[in-house]
Amino acid sequence: MTDIAFVRSEMTAAQPAPRSNAGVAAWLRRNLFANATDTVLTILAVVFLLWIIPGLYGFLIGRAVPPGGTVEQCRVENVGACWAYVASEIEFFIYGFYPMAEYWRPNLVFALLALLGAPLLIPHAPLKVINAVLFFVVFPIASVVLLAGGMFGLRYVPTEQWGGLLVTLIISVVGISCALPIGILLALGRQSKLPVIKSLSVCFIELVRAVPLITVLFMASIMLPLFMPQGTTVDKLLRALVGVTLFASAYMAEVVRGGMQAIGRGQYEAAQALGLGYWRRMGLVVLPQALKHVIPGIVGTFISLFKDTSLVYIVGMKDLLEAVKTKNDAIEWAAPTQAVTGYIFAAAVFWIFCFSMSRYARFWERRLDTGHKR
Amino acid sequence: MIRLLISVVLAAGLGFSASAAFAQTAASPTLDAVKAKGYVQCGVTGGVPGFSAPDADNKWTGLEVDYCRALAAAIFNNADAVRYTPLTSQERFTALSAGEIDVLSRTTTWTMSRDTQLGIKFIGTMFYDGQGFMVRKADNIKSALDLSGAAVCIESGTTTELNAADYFAANNMEFKTVVFVDQDEVVKAYEDGRCDVYTTDSSALAAERSKFANPDDHIILPEIISKEPLGPVVRQGDDGWFNIARWTYFALLEAEELGVTQANVDDMLASDNPAIKRLLGVEGDFGSPLGLTKDWAYQIIKALGNYGEIYDRHVGPNTPIGLARGLNALWKDGGIQYSPPIR
Repeated sequence: MTDIAFVRSEMTAAQPAPRSNAGVAAWLRRNLFANATDTVLTILAVVFLLWIIPGLYGFLIGRAVPPGGTVEQCRVENVGACWAYVASEIEFFIYGFYPMAEYWRPNLVFALLALLGAPLLIPHAPLKVINAVLFFVVFPIASVVLLAGGMFGLRYVPTEQWGGLLVTLIISVVGISCALPIGILLALGRQSKLPVIKSLSVCFIELVRAVPLITVLFMASIMLPLFMPQGTTVDKLLRALVGVTLFASAYMAEVVRGGMQAIGRGQYEAAQALGLGYWRRMGLVVLPQALKHVIPGIVGTFISLFKDTSLVYIVGMKDLLEAVKTKNDAIEWAAPTQAVTGYIFAAAVFWIFCFSMSRYARFWERRLDTGHKR
Repeated sequence: MIRLLISVVLAAGLGFSASAAFAQTAASPTLDAVKAKGYVQCGVTGGVPGFSAPDADNKWTGLEVDYCRALAAAIFNNADAVRYTPLTSQERFTALSAGEIDVLSRTTTWTMSRDTQLGIKFIGTMFYDGQGFMVRKADNIKSALDLSGAAVCIESGTTTELNAADYFAANNMEFKTVVFVDQDEVVKAYEDGRCDVYTTDSSALAAERSKFANPDDHIILPEIISKEPLGPVVRQGDDGWFNIARWTYFALLEAEELGVTQANVDDMLASDNPAIKRLLGVEGDFGSPLGLTKDWAYQIIKALGNYGEIYDRHVGPNTPIGLARGLNALWKDGGIQYSPPIR
């Protein structure tokens, strides 16, 4: 009996994975044709895509009239999208009736929004405090001065002349920046032990949530003028801003309250045991956890606020959608696909903004993930 | 003696207060307010081509916009002293009575109930509109009376629907409605051949037709089945302002009747025709009773031209909307636009 041990002195050479587990074929099998149901669904999906893509391509690109085309090119039988129309009216879609010579003013506001807003959204960007002060204090004042004018030698531009994407962005940025703090305060108020604050918060939230936004805007545009003394008017943009902000705040309050209810009692008690007062208890312990839980809900509220801005047509403001609808009747671009092209453009712009918001929220969810996620 | 003195004083007082009352009817709080703020606030549609809509330079333009500009020209000698408030059809009368706007020039049909119940006054009829029918040329229909059994595309919940039902019933004709909530959908359905006839106000028919790939394949039938007199509106209770608004409209008509145009208005100042002299303020002063300057009508015509010019510029046969004058021609040309004399 000899001691013979078989010990390998070198690693086995790496082998490619079995054919059934690697490569395109395996991926296809695993993801698309794993079983009979998958196979049927895959085939149906492919058939659907084959059916819809040529039509979409033909309409959006193939038969479409590119920017720079003429209305005569759009005015033919079986024409695709009339991008020339969108390109030619793009200024109205962005600025509404804002005087053309003054376009640099909204442009400057857009630039400031991007310059001051973007660093706020990036977690590691420096000088957060200065940046926040600039964004939440200096920027709004500067924007109002720039857009409305009437001082520092700027021509006065009444809000009736603001329109398009400019109005959509103003309402949504103001709405989003105000709704979250107001909503948090309302949520705290609703959970407060002080009866007056509690009942006021409950009344406000329940009243606002029980009435459709469209009704409030109707009230603002039709009934408000009747209560006011003859000749006094409340600016229409202001009416829309107040309406949209209060609305989003009420919804936000309930979203935040949902998050706070998910925080165990122990957290409150632990904070109390550390000797923290009410505001520090909420601000340092409860809210950071609660808000993290409800990021999807908060973003959902923001997105619906962004889309709700198109309801301001009720008070006669021309937001992006209403500006598009107005120009869809423009006779100088009258063509069979004029209206459809306009709506596709509006939908695309809304989609870009809403989808960006949603992606950005996903980023924060991942960043703040501490293993609670299921 | 004392009694006589008292009665003389009383009579004088009465006379004074009476003349004060007359002076008050001439003065207009709206005019004072408009002059103080420096512009006319004008309620317009959200966008109806030819009437009030943004043009290629994103400025308000159209027949009804030009009426507001005429008003501004008469008051300020500056047709640009206007601010526009786009209004929905629901809020238009509230905006007017609440004083948010000074004049409403927004495709508003003059009806008795509106005139008598809403605290508003119609100035006149800037545009005689009415419901018409559009059909395909290939169908070889020449009159609305040939439409028996047709499928009609209609916007739901409008007077259009009721008018069509009345018309077909009155003429003992059958018809089938294909109803949609939105104008764009109605037009699309007609274009796709889901119905034989498309009916709405004739001005809108013309505007929609210009959007078709081949507008010439469609014709608008001659029958007009409803009365839709569209005119500017002011608040009730300010007769001075009402007079200004109304005579601004009449001045546009009078200028056309007298052949005074934007181009020749300066030459016309030297005209021997007394009617032209009165219109342009060369002879007599018809402006000051309105609280305006003597040359108020001259300023209007200089800035905008006469009614016919405004019509042709925005909705006339040479525009894409392409509406013939029809009822909107002057009375002497077979229409019903008529201005009382300025004298």
